[in-house]
Amino acid sequence: MRNPFVMDCGEFHVNYKQDMAIWKISRVRMRVFILLAIFAVFPMFASDYIIGLATLCGIAAIGAIGLNILTGFTGQISIGVGAFLGVGGYTSAILTAKLGLSFWIAMPTAGIVTAIVGGLFGLPSLRLKGLYLAIATLAAQVIILFVISRWDALTGGTAGMVLSRPELGSFVFYSERSYYYLMFAVLIITALFTLNLFRSRVGRAFIAVRDRDVAAEVMGIDLFKYKVLAFIVSSFFVGIAGALLGHYTMVVSPELYSITVSIEYLAIILVGGLGSVFGSIYGAVFITLLPVVLRSGVEMMSGVFPDLSAVLIGMKEVVFGLVIILFLIYEPQGLAKIWKNIKDYFKLWPFSY
Amino acid sequence: MTFFLQMLVTGIVVGSVYALVALGFVLIYKSSDAINFAQGEFLLIGTYVCLTLITAYNIPFIAALFIALMFSAVLGFVIERIVLRPFIGEPVISMIMATIGLSSVLAGIVHIIWGHETRVFPKIFSEQPVNLGEIVIAPVYLWSLLIVVAMLIIFTLFFKYSKLGIAMRATADDQQAAMSMGISVKMIFAVAWAIAAIVSAVGGILLGNINGVNASLSAIGLKVLPVAILGGLDSIPGAIIGGLIIGILESLTGGYLDPLVGGGLKEVMPFVILVFILMFKPYGLFGKKEIERV
Repeated sequence: MRNPFVMDCGEFHVNYKQDMAIWKISRVRMRVFILLAIFAVFPMFASDYIIGLATLCGIAAIGAIGLNILTGFTGQISIGVGAFLGVGGYTSAILTAKLGLSFWIAMPTAGIVTAIVGGLFGLPSLRLKGLYLAIATLAAQVIILFVISRWDALTGGTAGMVLSRPELGSFVFYSERSYYYLMFAVLIITALFTLNLFRSRVGRAFIAVRDRDVAAEVMGIDLFKYKVLAFIVSSFFVGIAGALLGHYTMVVSPELYSITVSIEYLAIILVGGLGSVFGSIYGAVFITLLPVVLRSGVEMMSGVFPDLSAVLIGMKEVVFGLVIILFLIYEPQGLAKIWKNIKDYFKLWPFSY
Repeated sequence: MTFFLQMLVTGIVVGSVYALVALGFVLIYKSSDAINFAQGEFLLIGTYVCLTLITAYNIPFIAALFIALMFSAVLGFVIERIVLRPFIGEPVISMIMATIGLSSVLAGIVHIIWGHETRVFPKIFSEQPVNLGEIVIAPVYLWSLLIVVAMLIIFTLFFKYSKLGIAMRATADDQQAAMSMGISVKMIFAVAWAIAAIVSAVGGILLGNINGVNASLSAIGLKVLPVAILGGLDSIPGAIIGGLIIGILESLTGGYLDPLVGGGLKEVMPFVILVFILMFKPYGLFGKKEIERV
């Protein structure tokens, strides 16, 4: 029988443009459209709970793509994503709830405000690298959260703020299904933008900075400009994700944006694959669903061992940490690489050489 | 003035404990170029082990302390061997994420074994406050300061004169040269982790005696990061001076500024200072500047 996966052969590129094309051959494009269609249609058949989970995965994916631009593509580690999500969420909350602006203005503004804040905290990046930069972003996390929880007049302090779901004309995105489509549209735009970014001059410069920043500077890349730019672009998407998340859960409060969130996002891009747009999506799905799967596993076993639910929180942390460590040791390039390995296996099957 | 001095003394005591924990960061960074985000959990585990030995098995404090320190050393040793060994020479982000993963695993284990409630150490030091002029100090503070100073002196001497200490310094300076002189660099890494676990456990036990023990004590790990960075990640005197600076500033902020803004500034102050220091001295006060060539 003919191996259906072998269809990918025949990449005979004769010019640079073909080699840089986003879909290498037309069959790949078709496959992507089929996949998109499946994701567009599936909410028609799924329950609200499943759609809600999918929405959360998608929002995490948007933020993770943002973080991946900074950490995976430009090589600057940030432990401050949680706070930047918070900046996005709170900006949108203040604009819609206090100033009465529409969501469609508030969401991009949230992105821009987060980009400005991110750019500010990215300023030391010229002189700091690696660990020192990671700690500086950790400082950003602590300082931003402090400001959010103390500026009572603007943010409502530790009590947080209540948001409403966005509306379009007279239509309110109140059902899980409609919000899923909103998220889906933003996710597609984000993914497309990022895929294209790394085919452009700016994206190439980012990658050069990651691979060897001193060499990149020698080649005429303005390090300061591109490092700060990476912070700005990355924070923009994180801010958008923050705004989407805020309007989805309809509440923002400081404890939703703790350092744990930052670490979760780092885990997402690490498990998914550093420097991979699709990897960010796989990772977001994996890390978002991990506690859900664990909880249902524990609930199934609780009939046998009644005390198990007390152990759940601890178990969750142990498994989360183990996943990170095992991925780092056995597949540092993440799920994206695992998926590629599987595809490669079938392409070569039955001759695995 | 009395208030100021009181705050100053508190700051010095807390700062010296910070310095001790920061020493753990510096040791690991110096030998293996990694930052240990699981330091807070090391501290927590050492403290809990000591506490459990005292309360559940009625072992006297000094014996319990030594068993807990031995346990921490073994823990550091083992963890270096299984978790960190594969990451020697890997990019910084792998190291950071590996220790973050490790901290999550250890935190989970602590939650499962010891739960969430705050526990109190049985009174080990006398409660009769000591009066120094107008300042009143609890003996626990004095003892803490004494123990920390003793530990710091021991470690300084250890690095200066003992064979192992000299080997550790050599490894920190140039791993390849050290290896060619017959030093087992892997062994040195393991020893560095073991010592880091020991110093954090001591820090944790002292803080536990002052404030009680619960899972949030591990947040100290993150709080001490600014200390290590402020002094310079690869400088032992830097850790000590950084610890004192942050401890004193934190205590003074808590005393003078917190009433003005309604609390919480104390926790953020170290990070604000950190950002400013990094702007002007990217490698901390005493850190070694790295020179890069293409």
